[in-house]
Amino acid sequence: MKILEVKGVSYQYSPKTPFCKTALEDVSFSIEQGEWIGVIGHTGSGKSTLIQHLNGLLRPTSGTVLLHGKDIWENPKKIRSIRFQVGMVFQYPEYQLFEETVEKDIAFGPRNQKLSDSEIHDRVQAAAKFVGLSQEMLKKSPFELSGGEKRRAAIAGVIAMDPEVLILDEPTAGLDPMGRDLILSQLMEYHRERKNTVLVVSHSMEDIAATADRVLVLDQGNVVMFGEPAEVFSRGPELADMGLQVPQITQIMAKLRDKGYPVPAGVLTLQQAVQALLPLMKRQEGGKADG
Amino acid sequence: MVRDITLGQFLPGDSLMHRLDPRAKLGLTLSVIVFIFVAGNFLGLAVMTGLVFLGMAVSGVSIGRYLKSLKVVLLVVLFTSLLNLFYGGGEVLWEWGFLRITWGGVSNSIFVAVRIIVLIFASSVLTFTTSPTQLTDALERLMKPLSLIRVPVHEIAMMMTIALRFIPTLLEETDKIMNAQKARGADMESGGILKRVKALVPVLVPLFVSSFRRAYELATAMECRCYRGGKGRTKMKILHMKARDYISCGVAAAAGAGVILLRIFITHPYL
Repeated sequence: MKILEVKGVSYQYSPKTPFCKTALEDVSFSIEQGEWIGVIGHTGSGKSTLIQHLNGLLRPTSGTVLLHGKDIWENPKKIRSIRFQVGMVFQYPEYQLFEETVEKDIAFGPRNQKLSDSEIHDRVQAAAKFVGLSQEMLKKSPFELSGGEKRRAAIAGVIAMDPEVLILDEPTAGLDPMGRDLILSQLMEYHRERKNTVLVVSHSMEDIAATADRVLVLDQGNVVMFGEPAEVFSRGPELADMGLQVPQITQIMAKLRDKGYPVPAGVLTLQQAVQALLPLMKRQEGGKADG
Repeated sequence: MVRDITLGQFLPGDSLMHRLDPRAKLGLTLSVIVFIFVAGNFLGLAVMTGLVFLGMAVSGVSIGRYLKSLKVVLLVVLFTSLLNLFYGGGEVLWEWGFLRITWGGVSNSIFVAVRIIVLIFASSVLTFTTSPTQLTDALERLMKPLSLIRVPVHEIAMMMTIALRFIPTLLEETDKIMNAQKARGADMESGGILKRVKALVPVLVPLFVSSFRRAYELATAMECRCYRGGKGRTKMKILHMKARDYISCGVAAAAGAGVILLRIFITHPYL
């Protein structure tokens, strides 16, 4: 079932001035319920502009965005309800924290939804559990937390609204490898449990390859590729032309194939690579023993 | 959106006006403003209007842009000219109770309206064609004599540069934070004044926090590059007055002299 559909969306910043810039040009695609979509593209390719259209923060210059088959701008006064259905975590979301305690900050979204106090409490507890924030941390001021904890608190603030679609703009940017793995695994756990749709913008091809069901590639305001990771990352040279890379392990496997080793194409993660290489190495060792 | 606010916005270009020395432009604008007030009659005002129109013509900025800059002060123009309509003597045109419109009043109100509009145009020519950096650079040079009486001229100019430099950054930041809070369902577009002010808290708190963070980062970055204030500091781009700067100053001086002469010799009430 299609949950989100983007039809012929174009967007211009500051139209009719010398600063006019076309950020999106006739973009169309659709996303199925329960998918995990990775969005990649060079800086300035229109990724951030695109995702801000999905929850109605930007209104397309032309074209429509459909949620459950209905135009989200059908009634501009009801656009807030769209934002509860399509949750958005911006880049460096820790800079949006403002309340006295982490708990109150996470409750900001649910409170705007006009939920009852007990329901807000449940939502906050559930969201805090997903991102691994303890009870003591909930009572602290958000400005006392560490960078990674702040990030997780901010993500919890959006998860607490229980959106059907969760959009994250570079959720792991600027974190150390441990913090990055922690957030990604927590998000995957959340996705597995809630079965809702997730859209992640990332510069880390490794993260995208490890998590995404499908990958959307943007270049200069156009969707140039949209398919399964194995398929998209098999087009390394084309991606390189757009200033993008394929995961490192995929690069290594491609080099091995160039040297004539019989390794399969479409290897995206370390585990897959190990599985592909082990039999090969065993065979070689076996060959030596025979000889 | 916040960033759509035009506040004396610089429009990059390569017109004659853009290439004038910023010191000359700043001086010219200030003297044009003074002479617009010196002009005591319509002929004098016409000379200054002509000069400002000339400046607008060589600025390469579309007339629509200038008209847009009027939008902010339209109310002021209407209000003052309406008030002036009821002052002044001469032949009575219309009377109702204590309200009385005379020829003098009509000419007054037109005079005041034109004066304000030309003032706005004159300052727009400066701000449209001069980048904030150029402007503070020019200010620093023109204020230099003040450093003799221990006015920290360089520090003032540096503060202005930094403040101007961070206006767009802070606007962008405000935009971002507003979007982030809107994405969490913050409602900033409806409700009474009290509700709207309250709705600003989720924007202002993060904005203050990030402004302080930026200030510390900038201070550290400046110290890392051995910034120690203005003492013994040299300029990378040294301003040079060229022929075009002297010519434009000459044109303005001629117009100014004309205004003074017209003020002295023309005494007709409606000219």
